[in-house]
Amino acid sequence: MTHEHEHEHEHDPRAIRTEALERLLVDQGLITSAAIDTIIERYETDVGPLNGARVVAKAWTDPEYRARLLADGTTAIAELGIGGPQGEKMVVVENTPAVHNVIVCTLCSCYPWPVLGLPPAWYKDPAYRSRVVREPRKVLSEFGLTLDDNTEVRVWDSSAEIRYLVLPERPASTTGADERTLAELVTRDAMIGVARIDA
Amino acid sequence: MTSGPDTTLLPANGPAAPPRANGELVFDAPWQARIFGATVALYEAGRFEWNDFQQRLIAAITDHEAVIEAETSDESSGYDYWGCWLDAFRGLADENGWAGATTLHDMEHQLEARPAGHDH
Repeated sequence: MTHEHEHEHEHDPRAIRTEALERLLVDQGLITSAAIDTIIERYETDVGPLNGARVVAKAWTDPEYRARLLADGTTAIAELGIGGPQGEKMVVVENTPAVHNVIVCTLCSCYPWPVLGLPPAWYKDPAYRSRVVREPRKVLSEFGLTLDDNTEVRVWDSSAEIRYLVLPERPASTTGADERTLAELVTRDAMIGVARIDA
Repeated sequence: MTSGPDTTLLPANGPAAPPRANGELVFDAPWQARIFGATVALYEAGRFEWNDFQQRLIAAITDHEAVIEAETSDESSGYDYWGCWLDAFRGLADENGWAGATTLHDMEHQLEARPAGHDH
C-alpha cells in the first residue's frame, strides 16, 4: 500500500464520513450507537450460513417440510425461527441431477441475510455479477464445480424484491444420517449454488 | 475475480461455519461495520423503505464501476463496495433531512480537527 501523504494521523475520509453520519443520526435521536453495536454483533456472530444449513437439513429429512419450503420459502424458513431484513420474500430453488441453480445479484449485492449472513467479497465483485450470467458453466468450473453437459443451469438474479436460496442435492452417501449431522455438511457456497456437497 | 476465485478463502467443502469462521471477515474495517449497522438500525426502526436505499446503492455501484473501468483494464482492482454503500447512505440521509450536505461537512471538519491521539 502506498501513502501519498505521510501524515501519521491522517484518517480515511470514509471513516470520518461514517463517524459524522453516526453522530448526526444519534444527535437527532434517530438511532443509538448501542443499536449499531448490537446489529454488528448479530451479523458477525449469529446470522450466517448455519441458519441456511438447518433449513436444508430439515428439507432433506422431512418431505413435508421440503414441500412447504419449495412452495413458500419465507413461511417455511420462519417455522425455524429464522427471518429478518433481506429475507422478507424468500424463494428456495432445488438442485436435481437435471437442474443446477446458482444465485447472483447483477446490480448490487442482494443476498438472503437471514439464512446466509452477509455476502462474501466475491459475490459483490463486478466480475462474478456479470460473468455468472454470461458464462455460468465457466464461472462454476473456476469454483471447482464441473457440471454434466446435460444439466441445465439456472441463474437467479436477486436484484428485485425476491431473495433466493439454493436447496442443494443431498449426497447419496448420507442415507440414514440425522438432521444435525446433515446440517454440518451444508456449506454456504452450496446454498449459493457455486459448489456441490460431497460426503 | 479476474484471476479466479481465491480458493483459500472459499472452502468448497467442509462444515458451514459461523460467519467469523467462514474463511473471510464480514468487514475489512471498523467504519464498514458502523455504516452497515447504522443502515440496518434505521431500517429496523422503520425510518426508510429498503428499496429507496437499494436503488441508491445500485446507482452508486454503477457509477463506481464506470470510474474503475475508465481507470484500469482490471475491472475488479480497487473496487470499493463499502464506499458505494456509504455514498448510497449519505444520499438517503440527505434526502430524509437527517444529514444535509452542509451539516455533514461541518461535522466532518469538526472530527478532522481533533488533535491526534484523541480518544474515540
